[in-house]
Amino acid sequence: MQEAVLLQMRHIDKQFPGVKALSNVDFTLRKGEIHALMGENGAGKSTLIKILTGVYQLDGGEITVDGENVIIRSPQDAQNHGISTVYQEITLCPNLTVAENMFIGREGGAWVRHKAFEKRADEILTKLGIPARSTQQLGDCSLAVQQMVAIARAVDMKCKVLILDEPTSSLDDKEVKMLFDLMKDLKSQGVGIIFVTHFLEQVYEVSDRITVLRNGELVGEYPVQDLPQVQLVSKMIGKDLDELNALGESGEKKNENTEVLYEAEGLSSNEAKPFDFSIRKGEVNGFTGLLGSGRSECVRAIFGADKVNGGTVKIKGRQVRITRPIHAIKNGIGYLAEDRKRDGIIAELSVRENIILAMQVMNGIFKPISRSETEAFADEYIKVLNIKTASRETPVGSLSGGNQQKVILARWLLTHPDYLILDEPTRGIDVGTKLEIQKLVLKLAEEGVSVTFISSEIEEMLRTCSRLIVMRDRHIVGELKGDDLNQTQVMKTIAGGEA
Amino acid sequence: MKKKRLFSGGLGQLTIPFVAICLLVLFNVIRDLIMIFVLKTPDYISFFSIEITKNNIGNSVLSGNLISIINGASELAVLAIGMTLVTAACGGQDISVGAAAAIAGSVFVKVLKASGNINAGTVILAFLCACIVAMIFGAFNGTLVAVFKIQPMIATLILYTCGRSIAYWINGGATPTVESPIIEGIGRFIPGIPIPTPVLIVAVMLIVFKVLFRFTSLELFTQAVGINQSAARLNGINPTLIKLLSFILLGACVSVAGIIGVSRLGLINHETLLLDVEMDAILAVAIGGNSLGGGRFKISGSIIGAYVIQMLTITLYSMKVSSTDVKAYKAIVIVLLVVIGSPVFKEKFGRFMARRAASKVQAKGAEES
Amino acid sequence: MKNIFKKRQDPLTDTQLLMTITICIFIGMYLFAMIIFGGGFLHAQQIFDLLNDNASLIIVSFGLTIVMIGGGIDISVGAVTSLVVMSCVLYLNSSGGNLFVAILLALGIGLAFGVVHGLLISYLEIQPFIVTLAGMFFARGMTTILSVNPQKADHAGFTALRDTQIVIPWLGYTAKNGNLVPARIELGVVVAILCLIVMFIVLKYVRLGRNFYALGGNQTSALMLGINVKRTRFLSYVLSGLLSGISGFVFMMHTGAGNATNAAGMEMNAIASSIIGGTLLTGGVGNIIGTFFGTMTLTTIKKIVVSSGLNDPWWQSITTGGMLCLFILLQSIVLGRRAKKK
Repeated sequence: MQEAVLLQMRHIDKQFPGVKALSNVDFTLRKGEIHALMGENGAGKSTLIKILTGVYQLDGGEITVDGENVIIRSPQDAQNHGISTVYQEITLCPNLTVAENMFIGREGGAWVRHKAFEKRADEILTKLGIPARSTQQLGDCSLAVQQMVAIARAVDMKCKVLILDEPTSSLDDKEVKMLFDLMKDLKSQGVGIIFVTHFLEQVYEVSDRITVLRNGELVGEYPVQDLPQVQLVSKMIGKDLDELNALGESGEKKNENTEVLYEAEGLSSNEAKPFDFSIRKGEVNGFTGLLGSGRSECVRAIFGADKVNGGTVKIKGRQVRITRPIHAIKNGIGYLAEDRKRDGIIAELSVRENIILAMQVMNGIFKPISRSETEAFADEYIKVLNIKTASRETPVGSLSGGNQQKVILARWLLTHPDYLILDEPTRGIDVGTKLEIQKLVLKLAEEGVSVTFISSEIEEMLRTCSRLIVMRDRHIVGELKGDDLNQTQVMKTIAGGEA
Repeated sequence: MKKKRLFSGGLGQLTIPFVAICLLVLFNVIRDLIMIFVLKTPDYISFFSIEITKNNIGNSVLSGNLISIINGASELAVLAIGMTLVTAACGGQDISVGAAAAIAGSVFVKVLKASGNINAGTVILAFLCACIVAMIFGAFNGTLVAVFKIQPMIATLILYTCGRSIAYWINGGATPTVESPIIEGIGRFIPGIPIPTPVLIVAVMLIVFKVLFRFTSLELFTQAVGINQSAARLNGINPTLIKLLSFILLGACVSVAGIIGVSRLGLINHETLLLDVEMDAILAVAIGGNSLGGGRFKISGSIIGAYVIQMLTITLYSMKVSSTDVKAYKAIVIVLLVVIGSPVFKEKFGRFMARRAASKVQAKGAEES
Repeated sequence: MKNIFKKRQDPLTDTQLLMTITICIFIGMYLFAMIIFGGGFLHAQQIFDLLNDNASLIIVSFGLTIVMIGGGIDISVGAVTSLVVMSCVLYLNSSGGNLFVAILLALGIGLAFGVVHGLLISYLEIQPFIVTLAGMFFARGMTTILSVNPQKADHAGFTALRDTQIVIPWLGYTAKNGNLVPARIELGVVVAILCLIVMFIVLKYVRLGRNFYALGGNQTSALMLGINVKRTRFLSYVLSGLLSGISGFVFMMHTGAGNATNAAGMEMNAIASSIIGGTLLTGGVGNIIGTFFGTMTLTTIKKIVVSSGLNDPWWQSITTGGMLCLFILLQSIVLGRRAKKK
């Protein structure tokens, strides 16, 4: 059956300085379908969504809504064409009531008719089965309900296309179910829904069709029943980094019998559920799983970055207490955070200051490293890691992403850690630098440093790690090593179930 | 090439205060020239003249407008040092410094009075007491800001409201005087040295802070916390502690400023001591090219900022503007400075210049063809 | 039993919660004063006196509340009030001074400050603290440029207006000598009540008012919800300026004279009133009625301090500071607990 096409995007191109974010991507949404848009980081999902919502302007291609060519210049334009978006971060005002949030900005007159709005809001809420009252303060509702109120607002604006960008990432199972019921209801009313998520099960639960993007290109569009989970994963991850294969199968991956360096039992934090973990000296292991599977939360717990709730940690057999980053640093652990901008670089400080920061903290506030020493350190690591910067005094914020990442690497290498945690060190950087970082990881391991390496690209992990810990939905679901370390097996474990 | 570097890179954030000083100097030079050569005003004393005069106890001392600028700005400069730190770490400002200085001054006088005779020992003791009290109040503000995460301006509003009353209470509502050569030495001149002592105290404070930054990594940590608190925490820095510390250091600066103020007059008046100084101190930080949103800072910028404010004030005085009216003119200068410094203005102006350049090129091209 | 009452009852919004706390504290405090001190506190005139003396403070607090709900700050309100008083007095004393024009002058000055502040803050994106600090300097400076000496308004029409009082005999009390002293309310209080009603309606039922809340609640969201953020912020400062103008005129009606030190420290009292009234420092939460009671709480505390024989003025500001500290921490704790409960 061929439903009416609601929205069509053809040959979409989008160029950012230095990066081709989207090239020749097509996307079609039909009336009354839930269409999942899939892809790993940097695949171009969010760029595509932002073009559709008017945040970015397209460089090439065309968009039609209901068969008419449209040009979308602003979020307002998008709404006028019946395209509404509900983002992961809720873009409503928590201090206003539910009804106000649904009607603010479109009151149609200078007066706020509270009674009328509340009545209308209650009608919509009841119709959509959203468990909220119009007079409640939005901030008092659970996140799921807040999200649903955002959807209700969109629905009441007579939207034809509803974009849900990672709506489930902060919801629990019951809340997800409520959300899905709502989505199905809307679907039956003929709304076209674009569903962006990284939870595979959820895709199979509600979607009718899947479009997969990879590296800014379209991989394909598939009806959901034609694409088993494992195939979906392989299509998302792809095998296009052939040039990286020059690195070859890395070395022997020995160190089976070295001493255990770090050992955690039942470690848990505010963000991570209790887990066991250990790593040997000179070992490279990895946490894998799709984005949001809880891999970052685990390493954050190891480093003490989130509030640690329980569990015992031993380093070199001695029990230690790591509840704050400073404890971890003093115990020889380094941590390159996932979000470089928010948790990594200190943008306005110079390359030199950024490099010596962690070492300075380790030395303590009363033992500053002398200027000439810091300059020597900075120069050394700029050279060793081949950091491209105008000078060591350049603010790090003005460097390219890859070079910023190297600066942070230099920061941790300078502390001479026994154990280095790298969370997505290769995200959003060019292929050459990716290769350099992987080589560096292997070199460090040879020198006896234990490394935990996290990456969305499984090939990268297969090349560097001798052991992979697989996570799904915030639980460790498997540990792979030796012969099991191959793409098929990893994907099977990630996707779960029998494939 | 080299010249360009000096102005764009080398001077960096000090551009604004230097430009402000240059403009003020230029203005006064022109006025001097007009007064002397065009209007030929009799008995006109140049703005820049510095004389050596004898003061009432027979010292030869320097006097003149320039001296009164750097002397008069001393309290402000000392406060600006501490304010810069707080601004850098917390991205907000302390509006209670004037009130806290009144408390510190009162404690200073109270201890001196209590200990009877005034000698070097008691003065040092009194200074230490004042310093500790001011640091405790700093810690109070700091706790509200760092632990309870209240905006600095609102948190310090509490002390701003009741600080001068606490000062009043310390000396039982009196405004006791302290007369001693030592106090006079602190507030005015030390016999044999022609430079006003407050100027020397500013120099000492600057050196103390430079040494502090030289022998600790406070500067780096403060900037890291101010720019990116989350990243700083992941690097093992304790942002709460750094913020608290910045307020405590500001407390130390406040006590020094309060004592200069008390010694200058030889009495403590809790109602007028350093009145309205908090606004000037924040302004000094802003004129010094430091972002009021926190992050990178330069202590020297703020000190120059303090001198800019004082120079503006003295220039206005020398033009016979009364001391109460100065504020109105100051406001105009502030607005001009912040408008020029605002990102939106810079962007619009940049675009305007670019368009002019483009149209020029076009015109040139048209001419050639 | 309980369920019947609680069934469809929504929990209070943050704004309502903080306002309720303030009103309860105010009533509790006033009852306490009535019981302990009796005397003046038992007469209705006591409340009217508080209103008479603080009408202009109440009005500027409204303006500040609006700005703070929008997530900003305006510290020029006291200085603008003072400038308005001085300008109007000088104008009225000049030959041909006209009462109606004086009112327009007051509104015009306030509006001018509001517009300039709004433009600089909203469209040039300069920090509100610095802009309104400059505004405060300018207004204070202009006041002394106009006149350093106190000026008494002797315009006939104005003095008539100034002395007009609403007399309510049945709320009066019998003095010791047996005479009936009727309750008196100044015109300024009427103006303040009018402002209260108008601003309450604006914040509650006019689109612009709700936009202030949205702006303070989450600026990005406000933008996404289709609100013109810049214009909304601009208008919050314009309203604050306008209210400062009104406050200036009311101040003049109360004192009848212009003085360079008029309304000194009023901006900080207004900020304190707003905070005590439940306006959240970070914006998005607050209410005109809460602010009204905040101002009343603040002034009642001062009255109580005086009544308990602590006549020194410094006791007043120490208790004000203490109150402020208490309410700031209370807000931080109450809202913190709420957020955690979720």
